[in-house]
Amino acid sequence: MNPIDGVLLPELDSPVRDPHLPRALGWLSLALGASAVAAPGPLARLTGIDDSPAAGTVIPALGARELGHGLGLVAGRRPSGWAWTRVAGDAMDLSLLGWAMTDRSGERRRRLALTTAVVAGITALDVLAALSAGRARRTRDRTIRIDMAVTVNRTPAEAYRYWRDMENLPRFMSHVEAIRTIDLRRSHWTVRGPAGRHVEWDAEIVDDQPNRSIAWRSLPGTPVPNAGRVRFVPAPGERGTEVRVQLGYVPPAGAVGRAVAKVFGEEPEQQVRDDLRRFKQVLETGDVVRSDSSPDGISVRQQVMQRPAQPLPNGFRR
Amino acid sequence: MKATAWMGRDSVKVIDVPDPTILSPRDAIVRISTTAICGSDMHLYHGYIPAMRKGDILGHEFMGEVVEVGPQVRNLRPGDRVVVPFPIACGHCISCQRGLYSVCENSNPNAGIAEKIMGHSPAGIFGYSHLLGGYAGGQAEYARVPFADVGPLKLPDEVPDEQAVMLADVFPTGYMGAEMCDIKPGQLVAVWGAGPVGLLAAASARLLGAERVFVIDRYPYRLRLAREHAGAETINYEESDVLDTLNELTAGRGPDACIDAVGLEGHHGNAAIYAYDRVKQGVRVETERPPALRQAILACRSGGVVSVVGAYGGFVDKFPMGAFMNRSLTMRTGQCHVQRYLRPLLERIQRGEIDPSFIVSHRMPLKDAAKGYKLFQKKQDECSKVLLTA
Ligand SMILES: NC(=O)c1ccc[n+]([C@@H]2O[C@H](COP(=O)([O-])OP(=O)(O)OC[C@H]3O[C@@H](n4cnc5c(N)ncnc54)[C@H](O)[C@@H]3O)[C@@H](O)[C@H]2O)c1
Ligand SMILES: [Zn+2]
Ligand SMILES: [Zn+2]
Repeated sequence: MNPIDGVLLPELDSPVRDPHLPRALGWLSLALGASAVAAPGPLARLTGIDDSPAAGTVIPALGARELGHGLGLVAGRRPSGWAWTRVAGDAMDLSLLGWAMTDRSGERRRRLALTTAVVAGITALDVLAALSAGRARRTRDRTIRIDMAVTVNRTPAEAYRYWRDMENLPRFMSHVEAIRTIDLRRSHWTVRGPAGRHVEWDAEIVDDQPNRSIAWRSLPGTPVPNAGRVRFVPAPGERGTEVRVQLGYVPPAGAVGRAVAKVFGEEPEQQVRDDLRRFKQVLETGDVVRSDSSPDGISVRQQVMQRPAQPLPNGFRR
Repeated sequence: MKATAWMGRDSVKVIDVPDPTILSPRDAIVRISTTAICGSDMHLYHGYIPAMRKGDILGHEFMGEVVEVGPQVRNLRPGDRVVVPFPIACGHCISCQRGLYSVCENSNPNAGIAEKIMGHSPAGIFGYSHLLGGYAGGQAEYARVPFADVGPLKLPDEVPDEQAVMLADVFPTGYMGAEMCDIKPGQLVAVWGAGPVGLLAAASARLLGAERVFVIDRYPYRLRLAREHAGAETINYEESDVLDTLNELTAGRGPDACIDAVGLEGHHGNAAIYAYDRVKQGVRVETERPPALRQAILACRSGGVVSVVGAYGGFVDKFPMGAFMNRSLTMRTGQCHVQRYLRPLLERIQRGEIDPSFIVSHRMPLKDAAKGYKLFQKKQDECSKVLLTA
């Protein structure tokens, strides 16, 4: 499964969420750090270094460091960065333990060996967590995210109803060629791709709040994982409805990905803006607004390469 | 069909193009009987409005007979005689519903480009650049009229083309220019520009109760029209200092309201100032030549209204913001919301309160459009308004 399928949608609604491991390790850091600062004595005995005069200062210092990592992992914005600081901390602990082991024997040495084994295990987990957080971040960095809104002079219920019928979407989403509903939640999308090719996927509605909001996402297996949410909020001053859209999609990496990204819009923002403008036109005026130089309505491409403002060639009928 | 096409700077040509067809259910096709050349067309002709393409059909003032309607146009029928407002307006957006038709939120399919220049997009306009929609204009034999269920006004037979076509733009525009002045009894109004818009703004100011109206221009024949048909007193800015004269006429107060009916191609009596703006406009550092606007602000009574119907497209230099701010002036402006004036102004014409066709100086067949443009541009042969007929 493409990892983005698991993170894309929640991410559109709330601040970045990562796989659970880094955060769990963060809590571990907090617990360890707190006990090291508050009660260095028992910890020193447990690990077998209670004979060292330095233990009383070194252990609380390590505890403070651990608290730092823990806070970073639990509350920080970039867990992958903090996960690597934990790995660095582990390395430091391991070398301290190795050094302590050289001049100890018997029960103390046994305890130190056990501690070293535990820390080594934690280090392995930390490396894993750091790697996975990094992967999630890189996918996220490729995600194209768009927030856009338009005000439509219709009630939230009318705007919702039109959008909820997914087969209406191609009327105003210029790159979407067709949407076929499979059942109440699922639909099949056909989107214009590079060089006349098509990209297709199935999508499902994952959250449906009548007259208020709709959220959908592509099902696993699409080359362009994507998700979106649209909200219908009454506009202040009796001006209809604020239609607020959040979209995200992940173009595949590599050359194919770049081509797909281009088709989805060299200026994805402009494309979504134009889509919303057409949505407004269709709801308010009943049709996409066409001029002689833009007979198919707004489109980014057409705005750059307009035909002259003359009637279309004879026989043109729509 | 034959249509007047923009071929580049200072060049129009009547060419053959396909007949228009219905593209949307709310469209109508109109066979044009009379159309007019406007001061706004001059801005396109001179290349001061961006986003024109060779072959664009010009013209936004037209009327004629409905020959075809889309399935959702129920108020019109083939055979109806109509005048068509120049702004294209959907009738259903918030702006349209509040009567602000020229800022219709839906009618510009190229709103994306307009937003980049103006922040938000105004309405689309017939034959007025790709910035405002890329709609084919009405200096042609036929035109496609979008939102035909909202815009066009059916005309009674007794109102001749010559009067009716004034409703497409210049009469409502002049009227709105005067209306924005919020004229109270006893007030004095000054109008810059004695073109069709300025003349009809002056006449409208009288209709709306202005005590005295002053019109400023440099063409004696246009100033004569202002005196004879708009009840105005006139100032030739090449003969006398405008600010001094206005102060004298208003006993030092300044006019209560000042109307700019000149727009972005203003001329200035002082050669040096004129050259300053001309050069900057020529190299596109400044997009407008705004001497009339500057003067209107300086002339206006403190607390008065500056009403701007002259057209601007971009940015203005040396705007006297200090005078504007310190003297509590108000500026009101806009492309005319023609749709909301059609019926009341038609009624004023029918009641004989005004005959707006007094501004018309030339009538010629459509095929002579290029000649009409030259005459109007050069103000030859006392040209004040050119009508083109089928
Ligand atoms: N707001 C609208 O909806 C709307 C509609 C139509 C036209 N317009 C604009 O109104 C303006 C006038 O249109 P028109 O058809 O009457 O054009 P026009 O070219 O016939 O008239 C302009 C007049 O202004 C005079 N003038 C130039 N510089 C002057 C100055 N410094 N002081 C006084 N007069 C000066 C010219 O001599 C000319 O007579 C144009 O800018 C046009 O684009 C606006
Ligand atoms: Zn005009
Ligand atoms: Zn509208």
